[in-house]
Formats: sequence, structure tokens, C-alpha cells
Amino acid sequence: MAGVRGQGHGLRVYAVLYLVFLYAPIVLLPIFAFNDSTIIAFPLSGFTTQWFVELADVPALHSAVLTSLKIAVITALISTLLGICAARAATRYRFPAKAGIMGVIMVPLVLPEIIVAVSLLVVFLQIGLELSSLTVILGHVLICTPFCIAILNGSFQSLDVSLEEAAVDLGESGWGAFRLVILPLVMPGIVASLLIAFTISMDEFIIAFFLSGSDPTLPVYLWGQLRFPQRLPVVMALGTILVVASILIIILAEWFRRRGVAKRGGSDSGGFL
Amino acid sequence: MKDSARGLALVSPTALYALAMLVAPMAAIVLFSFWTQDYLTLDTTLTFDNYREAVTDPIYGQLMVRSLYISGIVTAVTVVLAFPIAYYISFHVAPERKALWIFLVTIPFWTSYLIRVFLWKVILGFNGVLNTSLLGLGIIDAPLTFILYNLNAVVITLAHAFAPFAILPIFVVLERIDRSLLEAAQDLGETALTTFWRVTLPLAMPGVIAAVLIVFIPTVGDYITPRLVGGPGGLMIANMIQTQFLRLNNAPMGATLAVLAMVCVTVIALVFLWLNRRFLRGRN
Amino acid sequence: MSALIALSGAQKYFGAYHALRDIDLEIGEGEFFSLLGPSGCGKTTLLRAIAGFEALDGGSVHIDGHDMAGVPANRRPTNMVFQSYAIFPHLSVAENVAFGLRKRGLDAKTQAEKVGGALEMVGLGGYGARAAHALSGGQRQRVALARALVLEPKVLLLDEPLSALDRKMREQMQGELRRLQRHVGITFILVTHDQEEALIMSDRIAVMFDGGITQIDSPEGLYRRPASREVGAFIGQMNFLSGQVRSGSEGFVAQIHGLGHAPLAADQSAEPLVAGQATFGMRPESLSLVFDGQARAASEAAGRVADRAYYGDMTYYEVALDGVAEPVTLSMKNMVGQPVLSVGDAARVAWDPRALIVFSGAGDA
Ligand SMILES: Nc1ncnc2c1ncn2[C@@H]1O[C@H](COP(=O)(O)OP(=O)(O)OP(=O)(O)O)[C@@H](O)[C@H]1O
Ligand SMILES: [Mg+2]
Repeated sequence: MAGVRGQGHGLRVYAVLYLVFLYAPIVLLPIFAFNDSTIIAFPLSGFTTQWFVELADVPALHSAVLTSLKIAVITALISTLLGICAARAATRYRFPAKAGIMGVIMVPLVLPEIIVAVSLLVVFLQIGLELSSLTVILGHVLICTPFCIAILNGSFQSLDVSLEEAAVDLGESGWGAFRLVILPLVMPGIVASLLIAFTISMDEFIIAFFLSGSDPTLPVYLWGQLRFPQRLPVVMALGTILVVASILIIILAEWFRRRGVAKRGGSDSGGFL
Repeated sequence: MKDSARGLALVSPTALYALAMLVAPMAAIVLFSFWTQDYLTLDTTLTFDNYREAVTDPIYGQLMVRSLYISGIVTAVTVVLAFPIAYYISFHVAPERKALWIFLVTIPFWTSYLIRVFLWKVILGFNGVLNTSLLGLGIIDAPLTFILYNLNAVVITLAHAFAPFAILPIFVVLERIDRSLLEAAQDLGETALTTFWRVTLPLAMPGVIAAVLIVFIPTVGDYITPRLVGGPGGLMIANMIQTQFLRLNNAPMGATLAVLAMVCVTVIALVFLWLNRRFLRGRN
Repeated sequence: MSALIALSGAQKYFGAYHALRDIDLEIGEGEFFSLLGPSGCGKTTLLRAIAGFEALDGGSVHIDGHDMAGVPANRRPTNMVFQSYAIFPHLSVAENVAFGLRKRGLDAKTQAEKVGGALEMVGLGGYGARAAHALSGGQRQRVALARALVLEPKVLLLDEPLSALDRKMREQMQGELRRLQRHVGITFILVTHDQEEALIMSDRIAVMFDGGITQIDSPEGLYRRPASREVGAFIGQMNFLSGQVRSGSEGFVAQIHGLGHAPLAADQSAEPLVAGQATFGMRPESLSLVFDGQARAASEAAGRVADRAYYGDMTYYEVALDGVAEPVTLSMKNMVGQPVLSVGDAARVAWDPRALIVFSGAGDA
């Protein structure tokens, strides 16, 4: 089948070009982060770690990082918990209006974030809830939960109902079966869900922009910095750290997912979503 | 009966959360859009004034049309660029390396969106990476100006940002296609190309549709990209909503625009789904 | 024989679907009992009702004299081997087997001994440390058995435990399961849709159709005296011929279209014999060919070979008898020096009147 192989070859070239397109911005980040010039352009002028050093003495940055971390951790915990409830209910039980209820829960996945942001803003202002990290968390949990459910659904779905029944048959209570059989088997999914909710929350801009009040999150802080050209190399340095951190987190999440698959002796296919 | 009660109990925390944080705010914003605001005083009499203004003032209509237009182009470009990748990974990559490829494709998505968009500005700018490189290589004599602060830049940036959202759903359906169907088609006399057209593509359609919707809907409301790389000609509806809320102190007008944007997106999505169903039925 | 398990009037509905219809059943201590029936007849549902996974909508389940109403699965003295085996994939073989012992409060040494003993018993001694997902189908099944038996239940429930195995493995496990049951002396209830498997392994078999039990009997009793045409056709093969039962001076006589007449004994019918239209059942092995040169049999009919299937040790013939619409199936042991007839050959068919089974009412056979 020379035709197919030829076609595959053409596609391969295209795929490589596409990867270049995908990775171009990310590859540039460290290049300019270590470049000894305040102008972000080629040719490069020299190597420096000055921008990373400068990062160390910006208190506003530090507090933004802390705020973001706090929001992301809490968001990850809550949305994963809500995700577990919904995914378990959806995969194990039949209940009235199931499709409708699950549909509403998943809507944020296909809703422009600006709309989530402004509608929450309207409500919070009307009921007099002061904008703060709390309001950002409320918004972030809303948009992260569908992602968590999508991941956890996969974990819960691949569970054979008879595993749970076997545990009960062998003398465990319903809770015992959940704790001893179901939880260990979906644990990799739970970890992946936590990591992904954390990453989404860390990165989310528009909801935080509308709802964060006087405590900016990291993306909101960064957004402010982009207006000052002389701050750009520092932003590049910060970006580099963020990208490395996200990639580490995502590799960790993927590793957990695969370990889960391997543990169950399944075969691997695809990744998240 | 007992089972369904248990299911409802279990789903209720999540459902109640969605009710409180999604359904109620949506209802509120619809209500809000019928109010008016004068500086800091809200007038809660219900009126169509905002909608009238939104329809008659050409600036809003223009922005809405432009948003939909840009999203439409972004969606088309993203999906068309993504399909061959999904196809390549599904059909030409060895099974044990597929996960790696999918992983490679999704990694950029998990890095800061804000920074990625900003980097496109760095790449495409007047003194940007692309221009300085091309000048340095002697390919061009003067910097290209048509690539930043306009629609092109928005399209490139968004096509980049939403790539995995387009690739993944298409990949998933391609993976599910029973390979013997393709062999059967060739056995029945189709060429590789006509097999693709008559078997693979129709079977991949649900994935393409999903990709289209997943890219189209959020891009209509994108805020960062038009602000950073769009220039004045590339601004979209989300920028106007933000302006109404945070700068002009006219939240009801912002709410109106948000509602209109939602309605437009929903209508377009439904029309699209309907057309697709007719298309699929027409084929059968 | 006191009943260890007694079901009476058991009913189960899934919505409007009547999955168990008025089941009455008694199973004794140490019995190997099978539930046999076609797919979808309710075997699994019945088994799960005994295990406590399905609540009945009517009737009762008693185990060892105790009413099981409201007793959840984890407190019933039953254990189950699931069709998919349900081996916990995140645990080792030994941990799987020890799973149910957790709540027994045994010290580590006793528990390890029990686990080792159970694995030994199913032929998996030394496999304890293996990861559960690295086992073959047959091994998984043994782990499932060991895991249930180590708890020494009063009843072991097995839902098609052999259906996932290949033919060779299945035949081997049939023998092993039977031996294991004799060894431990626990009551086994086996669900299967394979009649051969049920016949080979069971002390008694309940045949189910459409949510109800049609007949309960020993394998031999079921084969020899099926209570209905359905049972006769489901277990082994059976020819159905129409005719009448007549009452004569020396008792009842069968008059069969195309075959002639023969005297009937009372045990040739599940119900008391009455005169009238009847369907007669006859197993393929109770019909035989009479070859040229052999003496004429007492009951004989003539016909022509319509089809033939050669099995090596046996040959199955379909013979169209003169004056009978449907061809009859008969089986012949292949003997050296005895011819194998071809399609179209004339055939003489001898039949054994004592092997006739009478079903009341005229069928369409
Ligand atoms: N949870 C359920 N909800 C609705 N219908 C069910 C349920 N469980 C079983 N049924 C129906 O009840 C009938 C009997 O099912 P059951 O599983 O007991 O059959 P079976 O005899 O074990 O068949 P098989 O040999 O195929 O396993 C089937 O028609 C099945 O569709
Ligand atoms: Mg069954």
C-alpha cells in the first residue's frame, strides 16, 4: 500500500509543522527570560539571570502568587468533591431528569467565561457579597467541576458493578465497599482531577479579573504588568517558571492516570478529556 | 425507587451548586438586562430600553457581528487545521505511541493562556520575532504589518489556543471507527480517497461537530486575545461587556449584551446541530 | 432432607416486566443444584434474590430456617462467584482471598493459613503474591472460588462461572468444580444456560422458562421424563410426533401417525394418561436404522434419508418417514462393518415403544 504510506509521510510533515506552531510561543519564553535586554526581539544580546533575581523582590507578585495558590487549592478540593458526587451518581444510579441535571452541571464547559463572570458579578453585587478570594473560588469551582466530572466519569465508568457487589457479598457494608474497592480504583482519577482543577484555577483570568476585588490573582497581576514594557523580561521569567510548573503538574497527572490504567491491567488509549 | 432516591441525593450537592452559581445568576442577568442604570443609581423598572439601544446603536451590532464572524473564521481554521492531526495520530501513529502524541498536543494548552497570547504578540509584532527573523534572513525588506493588531492576529492566536479542543473530539471518534469498515469499503471497490470521503468522514462527523461547538462557543466570548493582539479592529463583544461593567458603570447594558451574545451563540449552535442532522439524514 | 434454602411464591418485577413468576424451590444441604434455562429467563435474577442483591416483590427466601427479608447481602450466609469473577484488580491474589476475612477478627497467622489453604484447595498454592490483573481466565475463576469458599458459606452461588472459559478449560473446570463441591460439602447453586454442563455437574436441576420454573428433577429424571415439550426440546434433542392415546382392554395404547401403535405404561407421561389427542416425544437414540439382512424389528417404519451429519463416533440421520410430514432425527453409533447411509437412500427405522414420552394435547408436530 504505497499510497497510504505516501499519504502518511505527507501527514507526518504536516504534523511536525503543526507541533512547531503549537510550541513556538512556549519555546520563546525561556529564550527571552534569559536574554540580557529589555526589548523582546531578536537578535539576542546575551545571557542573564537578572530577571529571575528581580522576581524575588516584588512583594505584590508574591502576594498574588499566594492568593492564586490558596484559591487553586481550595477550588481543586471542592470541585473534585462535587465532581465525585456527580460522576458517581451519573455512572451508578438512574434517577429522574438525569440527563437534564447532568446537562446543567456541565453547561459551564460550553459557556463563554465572560458570561459566567458578569452574571456572578451581578449577583454578588446585588446580594452585597464583597468581592474577594471567596468570590473567585465560587466562580472557579463552577467552571472546574465539569472538567473534574469528565475525568472522574471515565474512572467510575470503567468500574465493573460486580466488583462492588462482590465486596458486599464478602461481608462489607456499602461504605466499606466504597472505601476498600471503589476509592482505591478511582484514586488516580481523583488525583488527576485535583491537579487539573488546580491548573485551570491557577490560569483562569477573566473570572478572577471580575471577581477578585482588591486581592489580584497571579494572572490578574500579570495582566497589569503587561502594560509596562520595562517589566516584560520579568514577566517572561515568571512565565517560564509557570510553564515549567504547569508541565510538571500535567506530567504528574498523566503519570497518575497511566498508573491507574496499568494497575487495573487495562490498555492505554488517549489522555485527558 | 430506592436507587433513584440515592442517585438524586448523591448528585444534589453538585446540582444545587450549579443551581445557585449558574442558573440563578443567569436568571439574574436576564432580569438585570431589563433594568437601567444612571451612574450609580439602578432603576429597576422593567424596560426594553437596553435592547432598543443595543439594536439601534450600530457600534453594538457591529461588535456582535464581528465577534461571531471572527469566531466563525477561528472555528473553521482551527478545525480544518486540527483534522489532519487527529487523523494522523489515529491512523498513522503506532498504537503504543498515540498517547504520547495526544499528550504532546495537549501540553501547550495547560500552560498559562495569558502568557501564550502575549507571546503571540511578541512573535507577530512590528519588531517581533517573525519580522526580525525574516528581515535578518533577507526574505523581506520591511516588517510585515498585516499580522498584528488586526483580525489575522486574533485568528492565529485563537487557532493556537483552541487546538487541543478541536483535535481531541475528532481523535476520539476516529479511534472508534472500526478499521474493518475501511477495508470493507476498499474491498467493495472504493479507492483510498473515496473511502475517506464516503466512510471515514461521515463517521467522523460527530467529532467534527463537537469540535466546532467546543471552539466556537467560548471564542465568541474571548476577552484576552482581542485586547492583546486585536488592535481596534479586532475587538470583540466581551471587551464591550467588560467596558460596560467596569468602566462605564452601565451594568444593565453589559447584561443586555451578555444575554444577546448568549442568545446568538445558542441560536447558531442549534441551527448548526439541526443542519448537521439534516445532512446526516440526507446521506442515509 | 431438610431444606437449607427454601423459596416460596417468589416474585420479581422490573417495572412492568415480570422477571420471576411465583418461584417455589427447596434446596438441600450439600446439594449441587443448577438453574438451567435460556438467556433472559431470570436465572441470574433468581440467584441474586438468594444472594440479597435483588429485593423480592412477593414471596420469601429462607436460608437455614431464617427469613431473609430485609437481610442485606453482606449479612447472608451466602457467597457468590460472579460471572465476570469480580476480582479486585488493585489487590494481590492473597489480598483478594483475604478480603472477606477482614471482619472476622483473625490474627495474622490464622488468616494467612486460611488464605493459603483456600488457594491450595483451588490449585493456586504459591500464587498469593501475584497481582490479580496478571492472571488468566481460569486462574481468576479459581481466585473467585477461593475468595468465596474461604468464608465457609452455607451456600455458594455461581453465575455462569465457566462461560468465559474456552472449551477445553471449561471441561476441565466442570470436573474440578464437582470434585471441589464434594470435598467441601457446601451447597452449590450454579446458573448455566448450557444443558450439558448442568447434566454433568448437578445433583438436581431446575429448568426455567420466562421467569418460572417448569421442572425440578435429577439429570436423569429430566432427560428421561421431561414434564413438557419445552423441557424435552431444551434438554437434549427430541422428535415430536402426533397421534392419539387410546384406552384398550389391556391399558392405554399409543397410536402414532406413520409409526403404528404400541402399549403405554403409566410412567411414560408426567400426568395421568387419558385418552385423546397427544404428542409423543422420542429421543434420537431410541430410534435406530435396520440394515439389510437384519431381522425385522417389532416396531418398524419405512422412509428415506433426508439429511445426514457424520460425527465420527456417531452419525445423525434425518429420515423422512412415509406418511409423516416432519422428518425424524435418529442417531446411530458407527460400528465397524456397518454401512453409513447416504442422502436419498431408503431406510428402515426401528423404534422402542418403551422410550416414548406422552405429552397431552395435540401439538403441531
Ligand atoms: N436491573 C434490571 N432492570 C430491568 N430489567 C432487568 C434487570 N435485570 C434483569 N432484567 C431483565 O430480566 C430478565 C431476566 O434477566 P436475568 O439476568 O435474570 O436473565 P438470565 O436468565 O440470567 O439470562 P442470561 O443467561 O442471559 O444471563 C431479562 O429479560 C432482563 O432483561
Ligand atoms: Mg445471567
